[in-house]
Amino acid sequence: MRAADLKVGDTHTAVVIEDLSRTQIAMYAGASGDFNPLHTDEVYATQVAGYDTVIAHGQLTMALTAKLVTQWADEASLAAFGVRFVRQVKPGDTLSVTATVVSVDARDGGLLVHLELVTTNQAGDEVVTGYARLRDY
Amino acid sequence: MSFRFPVEAGAILAFARAIGDLDPRWYDETSPEGQRHGGVSAPPTFVASAAHFDPDWVYRPRPGVPWHGSGRGPGSRAPASGPGGGTSLHAEQHYEYHRPLRPGDVLSVEREPGRRWEKQSKRGGLLRFEEEITSYRDQDGELVLTATRVRVITERPVQP
Repeated sequence: MRAADLKVGDTHTAVVIEDLSRTQIAMYAGASGDFNPLHTDEVYATQVAGYDTVIAHGQLTMALTAKLVTQWADEASLAAFGVRFVRQVKPGDTLSVTATVVSVDARDGGLLVHLELVTTNQAGDEVVTGYARLRDY
Repeated sequence: MSFRFPVEAGAILAFARAIGDLDPRWYDETSPEGQRHGGVSAPPTFVASAAHFDPDWVYRPRPGVPWHGSGRGPGSRAPASGPGGGTSLHAEQHYEYHRPLRPGDVLSVEREPGRRWEKQSKRGGLLRFEEEITSYRDQDGELVLTATRVRVITERPVQP
C-alpha cells in the first residue's frame, strides 16, 4: 500500500507480538545496546528495583508499533514517527497496534498522510500512543 | 558531544530479529520488498542502536567498572537522577526522517539539549521534563535523521 492509497478514516489493527518472551527482550538489549538490568535481569528487577518482573524497553514497544506501520503502508516512505510511553510492558504481554488515518494533506507536490497510533496490551490498556507521517517516494 | 555510528547490514538484521520484524526489506536487497525501497534500509527505530558506539552510554557493563545488575548478589540500586532520589523515565521519543539509513552509511551523531519544562504531579512530586535532540548526518554532511528524546525526572522515587 502506498501513502496515496490511504484515506481519512482508514484503519488497520494487528497483533505485533504475542506472549512477549524474556529472550525477545534479551535480543533487543543485545541489538540496541541498552543493557539496563531492569530489562533483562529478573533478580535485579525483583529484589533490588522492586518490580514484580523485568519490564521491556520502551523502545522495543516503539519498534513493534513501527512494524505495523511499515507492514500496512509497505510501499510508503516514513517522514516522521513519535510515541509517548504510557504504561510498562512485561514478559507474557501480547500487544496490538491500531493505526488510523487522521489527515491527508498536499505537501511538496505529493501527499503527507498522518496516522494516529495506539498500542494496547491483552487487557486493552494503552501502552504507547503516537503518530506517523507517511509520503510516497 | 558527538561520535561516529557506522550502519552495518549485520547489525540491521540483528535489530530486525530483535523486534520480531522479518520483512525482507531490512536484509535482502534482491527481494521485491527490498527493491521497492531501493535496497536494504534500516527499521524506523534502528538508530536506538547507536548506543553501541556512544562512548558515554551508561547502560553497558564495562571491564573493571562495578555493574549494578545481579552477579553473586542481587545488585544495587541505580544511581538516583533527582536530588530527592527521583527516578528518570523515558517519556516520549520522536523521529524525523530525511532519507532511509542504508548499510555503509557512516553517520556522525550529535546530541544537544532542547526545551525544558516542569509539571506538578501527586505521585512523583515536581516533574522535570528535558528534551535531548540528536542529529544524524551522513558522510556528505547531509542530515539523515533527527531524534528527540523526552525524559522526565521525578522529584521523589516512583515505585512500580
